[in-house]
Amino acid sequence: MQISKVVEKMQPSGIRAFFDLVLGMKEVISLGVGEPDFVTPWQVREAGIYSLEQGFTSYTSNKGLYKLRLGIHRYLKNKFGLDYCPDEEILITVGVSEGLDLALRSLINPNDKILIPQPSYVSYGPVTELAGGIPVYIETSKDGFKITPKLLEKHIDKKTKGIVLNYPANPTGISYRRKELEEINKVLSKHNIICISDEVYGDLTYDFVHVAYPTLTKAKNNTVYLNGFSKSYAMTGWRVGFACGPKEIIAAMTKIHQYTIMCVPITSQMAASEALVSARKSVEEMKREYNRRKEFVVAELNSLGLRCQRPQGAFYVFPSIKSTGLNSLDFSRKLLEEEKVAVVPGTAFGARSEGYIRISYACSMDNLREALNRIKRFLEKKR
Amino acid sequence: MDEILEILEKDGRANIEDIAKMIRKKPNEVKKAIKKYEKEGAILRYKAVINKELIKDSEAEVRALIEVNIVPQKDLGFDKIAERIYSFPEVNSCYLISGTYDLLVVVEGKNLHTVSNFVAEKLSCLENVRGTTTHFLLKKYKEDGVILKHRSENKRIAISY
Repeated sequence: MQISKVVEKMQPSGIRAFFDLVLGMKEVISLGVGEPDFVTPWQVREAGIYSLEQGFTSYTSNKGLYKLRLGIHRYLKNKFGLDYCPDEEILITVGVSEGLDLALRSLINPNDKILIPQPSYVSYGPVTELAGGIPVYIETSKDGFKITPKLLEKHIDKKTKGIVLNYPANPTGISYRRKELEEINKVLSKHNIICISDEVYGDLTYDFVHVAYPTLTKAKNNTVYLNGFSKSYAMTGWRVGFACGPKEIIAAMTKIHQYTIMCVPITSQMAASEALVSARKSVEEMKREYNRRKEFVVAELNSLGLRCQRPQGAFYVFPSIKSTGLNSLDFSRKLLEEEKVAVVPGTAFGARSEGYIRISYACSMDNLREALNRIKRFLEKKR
Repeated sequence: MDEILEILEKDGRANIEDIAKMIRKKPNEVKKAIKKYEKEGAILRYKAVINKELIKDSEAEVRALIEVNIVPQKDLGFDKIAERIYSFPEVNSCYLISGTYDLLVVVEGKNLHTVSNFVAEKLSCLENVRGTTTHFLLKKYKEDGVILKHRSENKRIAISY
């Protein structure tokens, strides 16, 4: 069968084989998981169950339940002073993944360029290509994994349409303060570049207050703000995200959404709506717990000679393993085979992230401690 | 609440070095803080939470919640009588509460008999105790925030982006 050329050209992730190896092994301590180790807070699960008991099993409006959109409107207003109209400027999506896809498809004309700072979450590039765009990767490892005005200027040309920004970032855990963001914003607005801002880890920011991109100077009209319930509320499997932006882009995104998805499952929307009402405290508790684990992991890794930056958000650290002389994939594979600890090779997040691994600290302190002991033993053998 | 207490409340065995790393302080500072809490009595002691239903060779224990109505004592209110009650080793916990009765007393004994004897011979006979209602505990589901059930396995897939 003749598969579409674009799809055929898409690189099936080079580390698929490694992932299969992990999934086939038993009793592995996994530091390779990109989701919280908490289960969804009970009151949220209960709201989902109750909605089923009540017989809420139908479609909802394409944009999503009004009550959920209103809840999101209030959350953004309280937290950031952002004013998105629940009728025209908010769309409920199947996780941030769908929001990203819709935003790119709504914006891209053939061969438009989209800037993607790397290392980055795995889908940004392929989804850009599927939408007919050209991903332009910007390597940031020499700049502390942060995008800078200088790097931006170097990569922008006439065909540059947008950028996918993600902070706090997967896989590095870095984030930006307002001043840094304003500098980025200045460059982007000068060139009239649209910012698709993936802020799904925004609630998990540790050392300072998270700054939402649309709150920057005159940025709101040029921003698609993406967020969701997966990470902060431990709701990955429910698949609920939301996109906010100027009404033209939300209308365009809704057009695609109504033909492809129709609407997000009602049970999930009901649960998400409850999360906004009653689970804010759980979010804070989980954040405090992550923060302690982060400090523990960073201290341990640095003492083992695996240098890493202190993350400012999310639940990942991205240490350098260059001192071992192994490449990312070999390091990960050997660590798995010899010590049964799973991590994700840095190269999963960009070809040039060679020499790094991603460690997720979304796992219990006991497992974390044991895994780090095993990594220590592993390093002693290798050195 | 201080983060050190927050950590210890969840895991009484957390060691000083780990706590220090978690909250970015020096081990010595953490040690000092803990000593201070212990001295002040903020930390009273460290104990394990045991699910006794799983311990086959232990002598079965019976627990009862006893509602106690009392006549408060002049000048001393409820405290003096409460003290007389909670000083019995059989009493596991004792609370002064609002509502239709005054003290809620949790009593533990080897079997129904020992608990009943305690109520009949010791508790009810106290001068200021007006009456008691005893509820025997049938099953424990959750205690002090801990669900007494085998922890369910982690259902996440082992690796994901």
